[in-house]
This record gives sequence, C-alpha cells and structure tokens, in this order.
Amino acid sequence: MRRVVVTGLGLVTPLGSDVETVWANILAGKSGAGPITHFDASEYKCRIACEVKPKDHEYGFDADKRVDTKVQRQVDPFIVFGIDAAGQAIEDAGLADMPEEMRLRAGCSIGSGIGGLPGIEKESLVLAEKGPGRVSPHFVHGRLINLISGQVSIKYGLMGPNHAVVTACSTGAHSIGDAARMIKDNDADIMLAGGAEATICPIGIAGFAQARALSTKFNDDPTRASRPYDVDRDGFVMGEGAGVVVLEEYEHAKARGAKIYAEVVGYGLSGDAYHVTAPHPEGSGAYRSMKMALAKAGVEPSEIDYINAHGTSTPLGDELELGAVRRLFGDAIATVSMSSTKSAIGHLLGGAGAVESIFCILALRDQIVPPTLNLDNPSESCADVDLVPHVAKKRKVKAVLNNSFGFGGTNASLVMKAVD
Amino acid sequence: MSDTEERVKKIVVEHLGVEADKVTMDASFIDDLGADSLDIVELVMAFEEEFGVEIPDDAAEKITTVGDAVRYIEEHKG
Repeated sequence: MRRVVVTGLGLVTPLGSDVETVWANILAGKSGAGPITHFDASEYKCRIACEVKPKDHEYGFDADKRVDTKVQRQVDPFIVFGIDAAGQAIEDAGLADMPEEMRLRAGCSIGSGIGGLPGIEKESLVLAEKGPGRVSPHFVHGRLINLISGQVSIKYGLMGPNHAVVTACSTGAHSIGDAARMIKDNDADIMLAGGAEATICPIGIAGFAQARALSTKFNDDPTRASRPYDVDRDGFVMGEGAGVVVLEEYEHAKARGAKIYAEVVGYGLSGDAYHVTAPHPEGSGAYRSMKMALAKAGVEPSEIDYINAHGTSTPLGDELELGAVRRLFGDAIATVSMSSTKSAIGHLLGGAGAVESIFCILALRDQIVPPTLNLDNPSESCADVDLVPHVAKKRKVKAVLNNSFGFGGTNASLVMKAVD
Repeated sequence: MSDTEERVKKIVVEHLGVEADKVTMDASFIDDLGADSLDIVELVMAFEEEFGVEIPDDAAEKITTVGDAVRYIEEHKG
C-alpha cells in the first residue's frame, strides 16, 4: 500500500508568515487578535479579529516575496495567502524546481471555505454605482475558490490533480485528507494540500455576527476574546491566512532523501445531518469522524498524545466536541493533551484545518504541545481534561489528531504519526 | 512627454506591474509588457475612468501599443 508523508510546510497567519516564526509565537503564548483595521468596524457588533499583519510589522506578511504584483492586484487576499503558503511549502520540501516527469505527477488541493468575499463585496458596489461596464475582467477568476490551486499549478508547473475542497471550516482538513487519498490511489506522487481564508471585510464580519457566531463581549480587550472551553467564551474571533503542506508518497520522498515531518495515517469524515450551523447535540458527527480516522490509522485512542481541537470558543461547540472525545477515548482521556490554537490566531475558517494540522506536525517534531490561551475558568464539563491552559507543555508526542468541523454539519479528522 | 502620455504610462505601470522604462510608446501590451487579453480590457477601463472617454470594444481591439492608447485618447478626450 502507498503511504503518504508530509515533506514541506507553509504558513501565513496572524502570528507570522513563516513556519518557524508562527510556531515560536504560538509556543510563547502570543495572541494575534486586535481591533479590526481592514475597514472601519466602529459600528459593528464585533470590532475585533486576528488579522495578518502588514509587512512593516515585526511578523508581518510581505506579499511581494512570492506573488507577482499583477496577480496581487487581480485576486482576493485569500489567493495571495494561499500562493505564498504553497510557495513556502514547496521550497521547504526542496521541490520548487521539479523536472517535468515529476511535475506530471504533482498536483494541488488547496481550498477555501468562502473564497473571495471582500472582492465580491467591493465589485458588487462598483456594479451598483458605476454599471456593468466597470466590473473588473478579473472579477470571476480572482475570487473563485479553486484559483489558489489554479495559480499554484501554473506558477510551479504542476500537471497532476488540480482540485479544491469547499467544506466551510473543515476545508483545510478535508483538503489534506482528500489529497492524501489521491496519492494513495496513485493519481499523484506529490500534492500541495491545504486551505486559505480572508474574509475580514464588512459583509463577512456582519454576516457571521448576525449568525451569532462571533465574540462580541471583548471588543475592548481583543486578546482575551478567543477563549475555548472557558466559562466566559461567547463566540469565535475571525482569523485569516493560509496553511499548505507538501504531501508525498513515502518511497518517493525516501528516494530523493527528503526531510520527512510526519505520516498521514488516518482520515475520517462524516456529516451531522442535523442543522446548518449548530453542531449535533450529542456530537455524533464529530465522534464518527474521529472514530473513522483512528480506525483507518489502526491507532487506539490511548496512543493519541495530542489533539488539536476544532475548539472555536463558541458556547455550544467546544463542549460538544470535548464530549465526543470523552466518549471515544474513555479512560484514555486522562493521558491525552488537547488544545485549541484558535485561542491564539482566531478561526481561519477554510484555512484552519491545514494550519492546525501543521501545528500538530510541529508538535510531533518538537515534542511540545501548544497552549489554549485565556482558559482561566474551564467550563464544568472540561475541568478534568488536560487542555494545556496558558502555556505550552513539553511531553511525549508520537501520534496526533486534528479535528475540523464546518457549517452544513461537515466533519473531518486527521491522524498523523512520526515516521520511525 | 505629453500629459496624456504620462498618465497613460503611469496606469500601465500600475496595472501590469512592469518597470517604467519598458513602457515606451512603441511597446506592445502583449508582446513587450506581458499583458493578456483581459489585462487589456482592464487597462482600457482604467483609461476610460482616468480620461472620461468611452472606448468602444471595436476601438479597444485596435489598441495594441502604449502609443495607440495615447493617440486614441488625445483624439477623443473632451
């Protein structure tokens, strides 16, 4: 059977735009949250977000590094973030300049939950104010979700599968899981997989706030707003950015002497079949997704050392996920560490599953698990679980589980292990 | 350099992300400046905005160089 390993990583997040900076900031317990600067949010119920910082910031993002200026002008920020993260990953894997026969077997599966919402919003206003003749000719292909994969495929000459997942907040995890299957199924030897999002724009913040999904009680204290499992949590804080990994068939990676971070050993996916935004009251979808991933991996719950939770800091979701973990893990709940890095970088929506899978991989690499910030007073049902409050924790990490759940009742779980 | 020429060149530099010294009157948008057909549609829109002229599709199709654009605008602007 073909095995799938991770050989490259790329991150653009509110806490940095390269893997090592982001990881150092995450482990140091920094928060990427602040007042919204992308637009004037003074009249909004939610006025905070975790924005990717401008390039003059200590850990800001410089789009000029990897994205052509013309492309930057034509496409939405989620595509810019995605191209950069993909570039980091392919460079990290030593694959930025592949021969043609290798590129024929290399593809992309980089999705997004929503896609080019800021551009759709802006161009709709142009249409309303100036008429159809002023709508940009780049409007459509600068907003489409599969255009990260499209752009990356063109930039690096990748002629294998050209795919993009759209499953709301589980996009990043589904992207990696689906791409791993493509390699297992021999459709490709190499896949760039991940997700990106950038919807911190008026209609995005207004829409999520109206759906009662965002935190609105901490506008004056933004770094305390994302507080998964804490009794005072009141919704998620929107983040933005991208995460992309290079997945590679194991023998292929070994033959070229690639650095191997981890093996993707299990992938589970399920549907709640319950409600468009609310999670199933018994967490049944989450439970089945995790169970499938563990079964595929042939890994017992007791072998999982770290769970990067979906944990968005919403009143309902966090405890339902933890309840599902508790049922699945049984006594093994006592030995697992589970944290939500959304407490630091907010919720990257379609990027979340990929970014958080990278944190899982780095936890495997460095034998340390990242903290859940702001966990001052855990909700009663969370009190007996190691949720890694406030500070990162050194511990044995041999196998990890990442959960991502999305609107529409869609769930994805990934199990990864260190390669011996 | 005429005012029109200067403003046209500025738009071309901004939209195509090319070096200013490459944007000569003879430069072809596609062959010399790396534009594609949609970039030209966008450039024409930007010229229309900047100069308050209307450039119909059949006229726009004949604009292939920077000089073509400058001349068309000089002839048609109010």
